Formats: sequence, structure tokens, C-alpha cells
Amino acid sequence: MDAHKVVTLAPRIRVRALGKIFGDGPTRVEALKDIDLEVCDNEFVTLVGASGCGKSTLLRIIGGLEYHTSGEILSSGKPVSGPGADRAMVFQHYSLYPWLDVMENIRFSRRLQVNRGELTSADVEVASGRAEALLNLMGLPNMAHAYPNQLSGGMQQRVAIARALMGRPEILLMDEPFGALDAQTREVMHDLILHVFKLEKATIVFVTHDVEEAIYLGQRVVLLAPRPGRIDTIYKVPLPAQRHQDMKHSREFLDLKKQILQRIRETSGMKTDSDLLEQLSRTASTQ
Amino acid sequence: MASNSLARPGIWSIRGPMSQRRYWIFAAIGLIAPIIAWSIVANSGWVEKVFMPTPGSVWARAVLWWTEDNLLQDAAISIYRVTAGWLLSAVIAMPLGLLIGTFRPVQALLEPLTDFIRYMPAVAFIPLVMLWIGIDEGSKVAIIFIGTFFQMVLMVAEDVRRVPTAQIEAAQTMGATRLEIIQLVLLPSAKPALVDTLRITMGWAWTYLVVAELVAANSGLGYAILKAQRFLQTDKIFAGILLIGVIGLVIDQLFRLLHRKAFPWMHTKS
Repeated sequence: MDAHKVVTLAPRIRVRALGKIFGDGPTRVEALKDIDLEVCDNEFVTLVGASGCGKSTLLRIIGGLEYHTSGEILSSGKPVSGPGADRAMVFQHYSLYPWLDVMENIRFSRRLQVNRGELTSADVEVASGRAEALLNLMGLPNMAHAYPNQLSGGMQQRVAIARALMGRPEILLMDEPFGALDAQTREVMHDLILHVFKLEKATIVFVTHDVEEAIYLGQRVVLLAPRPGRIDTIYKVPLPAQRHQDMKHSREFLDLKKQILQRIRETSGMKTDSDLLEQLSRTASTQ
Repeated sequence: MASNSLARPGIWSIRGPMSQRRYWIFAAIGLIAPIIAWSIVANSGWVEKVFMPTPGSVWARAVLWWTEDNLLQDAAISIYRVTAGWLLSAVIAMPLGLLIGTFRPVQALLEPLTDFIRYMPAVAFIPLVMLWIGIDEGSKVAIIFIGTFFQMVLMVAEDVRRVPTAQIEAAQTMGATRLEIIQLVLLPSAKPALVDTLRITMGWAWTYLVVAELVAANSGLGYAILKAQRFLQTDKIFAGILLIGVIGLVIDQLFRLLHRKAFPWMHTKS
């Protein structure tokens, strides 16, 4: 996968001068201001930033779950006017349907189409083949008939990802999907999602508060700054397309991580803990 | 290593474990002890038999009621009234609650109103219901309906509102329409809570049954209790109250059984 070749393609997502204001009058909050961003076809972009920077809001606007108050947003050249099957979303948790087993969850989008009579029985046959394949891809071949509450958090997210992929979305939106998982499970999920990315040739926009995760997964890391939420810096990740866990210890990786963390601290506008500690120890010593 | 292991926490530790067998032993004690206490007090002669009959005489009265006084018919007509009032209430409250819990305009339109009516005492509607509907079956069903409906609407709306937003949004990003989300997400997701709501409101329906029958009836368990008071048949009053309790308990257990059978996914753990 050559990053330079990708850039020449038409952008899959185009965000121009986008703004989002929550509330009105005294409760008015400018969540996003003047966002300009293009995400290319088959690109993996990660969004990071201090809490309150609007990264989740931006993702939800792309997904059509939230509306913007100014500017424009195009997905595959068409203005976004609401959620759609072309932009599937994976949430942090509570999004699986607990009354459906794993297979039924994965097939949910097909069930919608069957309901509308959009599918013939032959299509359904093909679809069940795809559902099986996704289940295997996620490493859950024996879990087809388990209910979500019988699965661990990591397994539940695998099912959620498979379900999102089932409808072959052009864009996969991920809102801190591994935020509730432990560190070991998260590493496994990282390699899994990179594998999925290569195989499915999707365009992925991924929100996280974990800088290491953002660098390891993304081809570009978009750093947002809070109050009002805006794009501060876009970093190109200087790593080969084929990622490997060992790269996390490479010079380039660590340098970029340091740089991004530093910038997040600067933009967060909060006093760092060390300042506070110093202040506390000073008052303690004078007493 | 066994010597190092912690002792198993006792049943009196906070939220401590308890075996199924022990649980049922305690439950049996909880149920039998009051009957024994009652028996001791009633047989001791501290209280006059007219005010507190013995368990034996209550049982004898219940048997007599069954053999000579058509207990079955009284129970049947009462069960019919409760079921009719409760069912009528459920048939209207379910769709209405679903709409209130789903669409904000419907919520604004109906929820404050329902909240207001809910606080009006159902019992106070009895004279009005008798004026409007008369004293036949319709009036009893109407009182039970008034007593349960407004609470039920609010509970159904709350059940629907408790469906996690992520479940709805996931369906939206898979291309589901509003109708599909209601059919395939909101309803199945809220269903277990709805069954619980039906179970709880069934209990309230029984409370209002007695109220309805105390005032305007010539049959049914509540009416039998009232008539027994007139003839100072305390044992029959006891029998009637206990019988309603038993019927309620049976219905409650049936609902719980339905819950386990209908929602296996809630009762399975890895």
C-alpha cells in the first residue's frame, strides 16, 4: 500500500469549514470550528485530542448521528444528511443486541434488507457465507450461537466490528472502540483491525484518547484542540503500511508519540500535574 | 496452599453467598413462621375468636366456601374483572407508552397530563364511574382500568427510554428506518422490562379489584369479604384475603416463568 498513490484518489470524506454549536444563549458551546479535513479512499485516519476537543462529535457528524451547524460535509461526493449504511459505526459499548446471538447480530443489516424484500434467497445464501467468513476473521468460529452477555468485552467488540462490516460499508467509523478493554486485549484488537483494514479495503476514521493506538493504527493522526474544537495539527505517520508491534519501540514512533503528547498538553489549556504538585509541596513546606 | 486460602464468606457477610437449598429453607421459615405465630395468638385466647379466627377455622371456612358457597365462581368472576381491566389498560398503554418513550412531541403532549391524572385517587372516581357506566361489569373493569392505566403508561414509556442509545444508533448506521428501529430494536430490547411492568401492574389491578367490588358488586372475592364483615364472619374475611394473596402469587410466578422462557439470553451467563 503506497501512501502517495492514495492521495491522488478522490477523497472519500470531504469536510469543509465545518462548525458545530451546541445549545443556545448562555449554554451555547462551540464544539467545532472551521474544520477542514479530507479522508482518502482506503485511508486509515485517527483522531486524537484532549477531552472536550470534539473528536467524537466530528466522527458522529460524519456518521450522520449529529448534525453540523455550518460548513459542509460530503461522503462519497454526496452531502451527509443523516446516518446511512455506507457509513457503519462501531461504538465503545452497549451497542450489540443482547437478545440476538452472535450470528444474528452480525446478520442484522441483512435482516433489514430481507425485511424490505430487497434480497432474494440467493443473496441471503451469499450473505450467510460472508457472515461465516467475518466470524472466522474475528476469531470467533465457535461463538456463532452465544449471546453477547456470554462474551468477554474483547469478543463483544469483535462481534460489533463484524456486524459493522457485514453491510460492506464504504466508511467504517470507530468511536473509541477499544477504550473499555484491557491493554493486552487491545493489542490483539489493533492487529485484528489492521488485518481487517487490509482485507476489506475500507476507509476508516478512528477516534481514540490513546496516542500510541492512534499512531500504530493510523496513516495520519489528526490532533484536535479544544474550546472551540478545531484541527490543530495533522501528522503523517512515518511507518510502513504493514505495521508490527515491534515498531512501537522504534525511534520514529517514540518521537512522534512524544511530539503529539506534548502538543495535546499544550492545547488542553490545563495546568499539568507537576505544576500542581510543586505548588502543593511549596505550601506544605511553608507551614 | 489450602491453609493459605481465605475462608468462604458466611451467609451474613455483606452480599454474601447462599446455597439454593439454604435459600429455600429460609424462605420456608419466612412463610411458615407467621402462620405459627398467628396460630399461637389465635389459640391462646388473648384475642376473641370473632376478631382473630384460628388458621384451622379459616381453612374450614374456605372448604365450606368451596363446597357450599361457590368459591370457584367468586374467584372466577374476580379473575375475569382483573384480567379485563388490566388487559384493556395494557392494550392502550403499550402503544401509547412506546410513542411517549420514542417521540419527544408525544412525550410533551401526554406525559405531564398522565403524571397529573396519576395522582388523582382512582377510588375517588368510583361515584363518577357509577354515574357514567352504572353498576354492571363495565364499572368494575373501569375502576381497575383507571387504577392501573396511568401508572402503566409511564412505566412503559420509561422501559422504552431505557434502551441504550448505542443500540439505536448502531441500527441507524446500518441503514435502519424509524419503523425498523421501533420493530427490530426498541421493542425487542425493551421487551423483558415490559413483561416486568405487566407483572407489577397486575398486582395493582388486584388492589383495585377489591376496591371496585367493595363498592358496587354482588359477586366476587372482594364482595364476599365485604359481605362476611356484615355477618361478622372474620374467618371468611381471612380466607378471602389469603386467597387473593395466593392467586396473586401464582400469577406472579407465572410471569416470572414466562420471563425465563421468553428471554433465555437474560438468564444465561458464561
